[in-house]
Amino acid sequence: MATPQDISKPATTPEVAVRRKPVRTSSGAPVPEIMKQGGLVPWLYLFPALLVMSFFIVYPMINTIGLSFQNRDGTASAATTCREGQPCWGVFENYRYALTAEFNTSSPGAFWNSFWSSSYGNTIKWIVVMVFGTVSVGLGFAVLADRVKYEALAKAILFMPMAISFVGAGVIWKFVYDYGTSQTQIGLLNSIITSLGGQPVAWLSTTPINTFMIILVGIWIWSGFCMTILAAALKSVPDEILEAARVDGATEWTVFWRIMVPIILPTITVVVTTMVINVLKLFDLVYVMTGGNFQTDVIANRMYTEMYKNFNVGRGTAVAVVLVIAIIPFIYYNIKRFMEQEATR
Amino acid sequence: MKREQINKLLNKVPTHVIVILTMIIWIVPTLGLLVTSLRPPEAVRSSGWWTVFSSQAVGGPYATYCAECHGADGTAIPQADLTNPDVIAKYPRSLQLLALLRKDINGQPHMGDNPLPSAQEAAEIATYLREAGQEAGSQFTFNNYIDALVGYRGNNTYRVDCAAGTQPPDLTCTARDILNPRGMGRAFINSLLVTIPATFLPILFAAFAGYAFAWLDFKGRFLLFALLVGLQVVPLQMTLVPISRFYAQVGLNGTFLGVWLFHTGFGMPYAIYLMRNFLGTLPKDLFESAYLDGASHWTAFRQLVIPLAMPAIASLGIFQFLWVWNDLLVSLVFLGGTTPVMTYQISNMVTSLGSGWQVLTAAAFLSMLLPMIVFFSLQRYFVRGMLAGAVKG
Repeated sequence: MATPQDISKPATTPEVAVRRKPVRTSSGAPVPEIMKQGGLVPWLYLFPALLVMSFFIVYPMINTIGLSFQNRDGTASAATTCREGQPCWGVFENYRYALTAEFNTSSPGAFWNSFWSSSYGNTIKWIVVMVFGTVSVGLGFAVLADRVKYEALAKAILFMPMAISFVGAGVIWKFVYDYGTSQTQIGLLNSIITSLGGQPVAWLSTTPINTFMIILVGIWIWSGFCMTILAAALKSVPDEILEAARVDGATEWTVFWRIMVPIILPTITVVVTTMVINVLKLFDLVYVMTGGNFQTDVIANRMYTEMYKNFNVGRGTAVAVVLVIAIIPFIYYNIKRFMEQEATR
Repeated sequence: MKREQINKLLNKVPTHVIVILTMIIWIVPTLGLLVTSLRPPEAVRSSGWWTVFSSQAVGGPYATYCAECHGADGTAIPQADLTNPDVIAKYPRSLQLLALLRKDINGQPHMGDNPLPSAQEAAEIATYLREAGQEAGSQFTFNNYIDALVGYRGNNTYRVDCAAGTQPPDLTCTARDILNPRGMGRAFINSLLVTIPATFLPILFAAFAGYAFAWLDFKGRFLLFALLVGLQVVPLQMTLVPISRFYAQVGLNGTFLGVWLFHTGFGMPYAIYLMRNFLGTLPKDLFESAYLDGASHWTAFRQLVIPLAMPAIASLGIFQFLWVWNDLLVSLVFLGGTTPVMTYQISNMVTSLGSGWQVLTAAAFLSMLLPMIVFFSLQRYFVRGMLAGAVKG
C-alpha cells in the first residue's frame, strides 16, 4: 500500500499558479503567447468530453423530468391516467403514485407500519445502519490495524470486497444465509445456529430482519473504502500531539475520542456524505438477493421495477426524480466543498 | 522491566483479537464460495463446505468395531484400498459386510473375541466406508467450472452427459460449447469486449479535458468545472430511461457501442476531476519551457501530459475497469440477454438457481477472478485514485 503522503498528493498539493495569470514565467522570461491564448483551442480539447456528458447526463436528466409528467409510454399527460373516484394529483399523478402508493393511510398505526416496510422506510434503514456500520468498522479497523505488524495484509483483506461486484457479493452471502429445510444446513450462519442448539432462520425472506441482513453485506463491501480513506487521514495526525496526550496520562480511549476524531472530522464528513450517496444509488444487491421482495425494496430498485418490469415510463421516471431530489443536497454540498478547496489554493 | 513487557504484550492482546477476528469474518464467506465451487454436487448438497477441513467424522459403529484395526478413517485397512471404487462397490449392503465380518482371516475369526455388530450397525459401517472411499477419491473437482463455462444445466455434469451422449440440445460437446450464450465462457468474452473500450475511451477524453482545465485558459472554466463536480453524484437511474428510448429508436439497444458510449458519458465527470487535479500538480516550468521552445498544445499534450500522467491514468484505468466489469444495471438495461455479460449471467442464475450452488459459486468465482488479479497487483494505484476524491460509487 502506498504511503499517505504519496497517495494524497493529487488532492492536497494543489498547484498555486494554475488560476493566476503571471506576466513572467518562473524562469523570468515573458509568458509565451500560447499560454495566454483563449479562443478556440481549449474548447477543442473539451469537445469530446462535453459532447458525451451533455448527451448522456445533462440531456437525459431534463428529458427524465419531462417524462415523469407523462403516461406509461410517454405519449400523453400524466393527468389522463387519473381514474374516476380515485385520488388524483393531475399532472403530478406519477408523483402521487411514487410518493403514496406504498402507504396504507387507513390509520396512523397502519401508516407507520407500511412506511417502514416501503422502499422509503427501507432506504432510511439502509442509510442509517449502513453509514453507521461502514464508518465505525472502517474507523475502528484503521485505528487498530495501525498497531499491528501485519497491517498491510489486514487492510488488504478488509478492502478486498471492493474489487468484487455486488452480484458476486450477493452470491457469496446468499450462500452464507442459505436456509435448508432438511436437517443439515449448508449455509454457514444457520449451521452455526443449529450447532448451538437454535432453530434455523430463513434470513432473506423473514421480515424485518431480511433488510438488515442485506445491509450487512453492504457493510462487508464498503467498510474497506471507509477504512482506507480514514486511515490516510489518521496517518496525517501529528504523532507529537498523540504522544503529548499519552505522556499527560490520557487513556487510548480518550486519545481516540478527544484528539483523533476531532482532527479527522472533516474527512469523516466526506466519507459519510459519500456513503449516503452510494446507498441511495444502490440497486444491485437488493436486485440479486431478494429482487425487492419480502418487503426489502429500496428506491433505486423500485425505479428499475417500475420501468423495466412494469414498463411504466411515467412512474419509473417519477421515482428517479424523487431519488435525485434526495441527492440534491449532496450535489450542493459537493460543489460547496470544492469551492472551499479552490479558495485555499 | 520484565513485568512491564508482559503488561505491554497483554495490552496488545485485545487489539490482535479484534483485528484477526475481523479479518476472519471478512475472508470466510469468500473462502466458502471458493471451496464450494470445487466440490462435487452431491457433497455440496449434503454437507457444509467447512467439513472439507475436518478429518472425516468417524461413524459411531465403525469406531466401535473396526477403527482399532483399520485406522480412524478406514485408510489403514491393508487389503482394502478404500479409494478403489471397485472394492467399495463390493460392499454396498450391510449383509455382505456382515458375511465378510464372519469370515476367517489367516485362520482367525475376523472379529476375534469381539461380538459381531448388529445388522443396523453393519449398515452404518458399510455406509461410512463407502462415503470415506468416495470422499478420498474425489473430494475436489473442476467439473463445476467446466459446467459454468459452457452453461450446462442438468442433473449430471457436462463431462458425464457428453460421454453418455445425452447432453442438452444447446450443447455439442465440441470446443464450440465455450461460446454457448448461456455459459460463462461467452459472458467472459462479452465482459471483456464491453470493458476494454469503456475503460479506454473515458481516459482518453478525460486526458484531453483535464489538460484544458488544468493548463489552458478559457472563459467559464471555473464554473464549468464546478458543474462537473456536481454531475459526479447524479444517479445512473436518472438517465436510463431517455437513453434506452433513444437507443431503441436508432437501433443501439443490445449493441456494444451503446454500452461503451453510455459508460464513457457517465465515467466522464469523475475521470476529468481526477485528471485535472493530477495534471494541476505537475510543475509549471515544464510547460513553460516547452512552450518557449515552440511546442504546440498538441505536442505538449502528447509528449508531456500523457507520459507524466501515467500514475493518474493507471488509477483511473483500474477504477473504470472495475466499475464497468462489476456493473449490472447498465448491462441489464442495454444488453440484457442478447449479449450477456458475466454479472448479468450470474444474476440470472441466482433468480432461477436451476443449476445448483456448485455451478453458481463457480460462475461467481470466475467473474471475480480478473478483478481480483487487477486489484491485488495494482492495489497501490487503486487506493491512490480513491483518495484523490472518489465520490463515484
